[in-house]
Amino acid sequence: MTEPLVRVDDVARTYHSRRGLFGRAVEVAAVDGVSFTLGRGETLGIVGESGSGKSTTGRLVLGLEPSDRGTVAFDGAALPKGGTPDWRRLRARMQMIFQDPLGALDRRLPIGEQIREPLDIHDIGDTASRVARVADLLDRVGLTRNHGRRYPHELSGGQRQRAVLARALATTPDFLVCDEPISALDVSIQAQVVNLLVDLQAEFGLAMLFVSHDLRVVRQVSRRVAVMYLGRIVEEGSADDLFASPVHPYTRALVSAAPTPGRRLTDRIVLQGDPPDPADRPSGCAFHPRCPVAEARCRIETPRLVDVGGGRRAACLPVSGDATSTREAA
Amino acid sequence: MASASPLIRLEGLSVSFDGVRVLHGVDLDIGRGGTLGLVGESGSGKSVTWLAALGLLPGKARIEGRALLDGEDLIAASDRRLDAVRGGRIAMIFQDPASALNPVLTIRRQIGEALALHRGLSGRAVGAEAKRLLDLVGIPDAERRLSAYPHEFSGGQNQRVMIAMALAGQPDLLVADEPTTALDVTIQAQILDLLDSVRRETGMALVLISHDLGVVSQTCDRVAVMYAGRIVEEGPSSRLFADPAHPYTRGLIGALPPLDGSRRRLVSIAGTVPDPRDPPPGCAFAPRCLHSDRRCTGDVPQIEPIEADRRMACVLAVHRRSEIAARAGREHTTAETVAP
Amino acid sequence: MLRFFSLRVFRALLTVTLVVTFAFVVLRMSADPALIILGPEAPPEVIAAFRKSWGLDEPIWVQYVDYVAAIFRGELGRSMRDGRPAIELVAERIPATLALTLPALALKIAIGIPAGIWASLHRGTFVDRTVMAAAVAGFTVPSFVLGLVLVLIFSVQLGWLPSGGQDTWIHAILPIVTMGVGGAAVLARFTRSAMLEVLGQPYMRTASAKGLPWARAIRDHALPNAAIPTVTIVGFMVGTLIAGAVVVESVFSWPGVGRLLVVAVSNRDLAVVQCILLLVAATMVLSNLMVDFLYGFLDPRLAAGARAGGH
Repeated sequence: MTEPLVRVDDVARTYHSRRGLFGRAVEVAAVDGVSFTLGRGETLGIVGESGSGKSTTGRLVLGLEPSDRGTVAFDGAALPKGGTPDWRRLRARMQMIFQDPLGALDRRLPIGEQIREPLDIHDIGDTASRVARVADLLDRVGLTRNHGRRYPHELSGGQRQRAVLARALATTPDFLVCDEPISALDVSIQAQVVNLLVDLQAEFGLAMLFVSHDLRVVRQVSRRVAVMYLGRIVEEGSADDLFASPVHPYTRALVSAAPTPGRRLTDRIVLQGDPPDPADRPSGCAFHPRCPVAEARCRIETPRLVDVGGGRRAACLPVSGDATSTREAA
Repeated sequence: MASASPLIRLEGLSVSFDGVRVLHGVDLDIGRGGTLGLVGESGSGKSVTWLAALGLLPGKARIEGRALLDGEDLIAASDRRLDAVRGGRIAMIFQDPASALNPVLTIRRQIGEALALHRGLSGRAVGAEAKRLLDLVGIPDAERRLSAYPHEFSGGQNQRVMIAMALAGQPDLLVADEPTTALDVTIQAQILDLLDSVRRETGMALVLISHDLGVVSQTCDRVAVMYAGRIVEEGPSSRLFADPAHPYTRGLIGALPPLDGSRRRLVSIAGTVPDPRDPPPGCAFAPRCLHSDRRCTGDVPQIEPIEADRRMACVLAVHRRSEIAARAGREHTTAETVAP
Repeated sequence: MLRFFSLRVFRALLTVTLVVTFAFVVLRMSADPALIILGPEAPPEVIAAFRKSWGLDEPIWVQYVDYVAAIFRGELGRSMRDGRPAIELVAERIPATLALTLPALALKIAIGIPAGIWASLHRGTFVDRTVMAAAVAGFTVPSFVLGLVLVLIFSVQLGWLPSGGQDTWIHAILPIVTMGVGGAAVLARFTRSAMLEVLGQPYMRTASAKGLPWARAIRDHALPNAAIPTVTIVGFMVGTLIAGAVVVESVFSWPGVGRLLVVAVSNRDLAVVQCILLLVAATMVLSNLMVDFLYGFLDPRLAAGARAGGH
């Protein structure tokens, strides 16, 4: 087996935040021991609700934030520390796009120049080839040269996201992290961008980490999917399988809650209660207070992510049986 | 459009801001206890329609047409009369529950206002009824939570509080404007469940405004699809989703990735929504439509019945509906299956 | 809560210390009090004796240490001019100043806040533009100019009101109006923008959607929210009650703290200047604390944090 492009091993990130103006500082474990691998040209989708740590995971993997523990390896070597010259050099091969394309673009520069910028920074090609490359990139993402001369506010939301994508692809990266890239777009435009992402991914042989709360979109672009809940992966498997036959009770609820046109509300799993406060994580399995199949031990033991057969991993005691948990020190 | 006397009937409702028309003559009936989903993208006019009907738009909005509640025109009604209707016979809830509630007033005060206005309750009765409403919408420990402020609730709970407040006036119609858009998927399911169950219990009618076709079809018997300030298609939700007629409706459904079965390339709608200041001639969807021809750039298509209980606004409707369906069917079968 | 307030008090003390030190250094370095008080023609031995008796012959840092030590003993020093305790001199002027500043504050609030609310409710109309044009005029015209204009009109031309002095309450009218107009203009602008912000909030639409008449929605929903930023400005104005009348007192020759300060500075009468500065700083600090405390009342989001100390 060849070495994966990205290997993430037990990364974690804890924030210290103050609640309110007067509050004491509290520790919030945004990401708490996440591991996965990503092969070349492969797409891993990460789904989860707010507070699940899915976006933080994306930032940890790129080294945009330091991990409190664990390691990230890129192309067989440990990821250099964020901000160092080595890391900056590597950034040409790892790019990221965000939910809000307007925030990611510089309002004072025409988008063509912004697409060119990474080529200048990483000193790729000569002037003539850079100009040609920008034209080519604009074309690939479905924009015209004329669009390249416009400023971000002169473009629609979908066009801006295309521009951001073109800029991210300028350095022909191997790896692209997409954080809710289409959530701010209208439904009809979402489909355009999703199709574009799928095309580009195939064309460029990109490895992608696709972070979203939208199960449908994640399934559309990903081969494998990881479901996160309160900073941990609770289930991971192939996209088709996982959504067709989810095993973790949280995934089951998520899939059943995803609205489908033409389907009435019937025998759906509706989870009770709110997702817990990451600052006040329930003991044992963090999902147990909302879980329809929780047992007594789920309150005490923390399930580990284990193979449950068929290339699927899940972190659930009732699903995986015994001997897969770590009893927490009281 | 069958029922003889609808609960509310919108007739030619139009809205302009600073001379720019954003709503172009919306006609819509909602029967007693009926459920209507109003679907569209941003700028389609789905929210403006109901804000206009209830007189909730800013003063510079110019409103034409009628909104008849049991025959009484709300557009022409006095402020006093509107105040009696709003929160009374027609209640409305909004997208972001955290900012839709007043941050410096307790929940008791905010629900109590509606109870005092529309039910004439005062003193202890207000507290008791407010508690009952909070229980009804599933807020645990209602008695104690009455004295809490909005920031002490989660997003989902705040939307429950908004629903409790809406129910305070015992409305005949609840207009829910993107009630779950700001919420997580699992919380969205809870709120939709709650809306459905209170509707069943109280027998009120429900208008659910959403950009999400799935959300609407879960809770509504009828669906109206809006595009660029017009209703382009309306009908029973089961038939509308199984057999969409308008090219835009087809596009919206095709644009939604499936959650099961084989993955197909998404049928995307090219281009973007037109600028209301510079609308295209004829049908507003024509520039993005796969089936448009020169007839589409002539007159604006009027919404007309295409079969019993269904309406559509498309020039090609009458003549070419079967042809569109056949062509679209071919598109589906020839679309390559995507394997990432 | 305690932590929050002790931090505030510490910051306040730091502010006072910096003000006092700065004033000390500037006043001592800029001119020789002995020369100014005794006059340049005074015999050198008199000047030397004066310096000796006030400690002016010591190095400046020694003088500073002595001064700070005295403050800690509760001694604010004596006026170099007539030898009376500085605190006494200042204290006897305070009532005269408050007689101007308190009514002026009331005037600012009584005109500024309603005008701001009124303008915000008629946004973009003639009413709004008129109020805002008046407000811009009100705070761009310096108070000495406004004071002189008022004197020209009401004293010189019309002869209705006295142009200076402190004999009756009639004498106070022009100085109070002069101060009130500028403050009212500032307050009107702040209130208007606070109201506009609040009026655009979704909860105002919710209030209308539940059938609350507009006037009640304004009173019960908009005003409590708009009060939060407005309190900050009013608090700042309370902080200037003691020192805010310097210019106006000079224009109308009103014997208040402000006039005393001007005279003391030109005389380099250090103890008096420092005493006034301490008083001003203390008022500012107190009014700031008061504002913080009021926030807790007006904004339950802060109060909850304070009560629970985070959940």
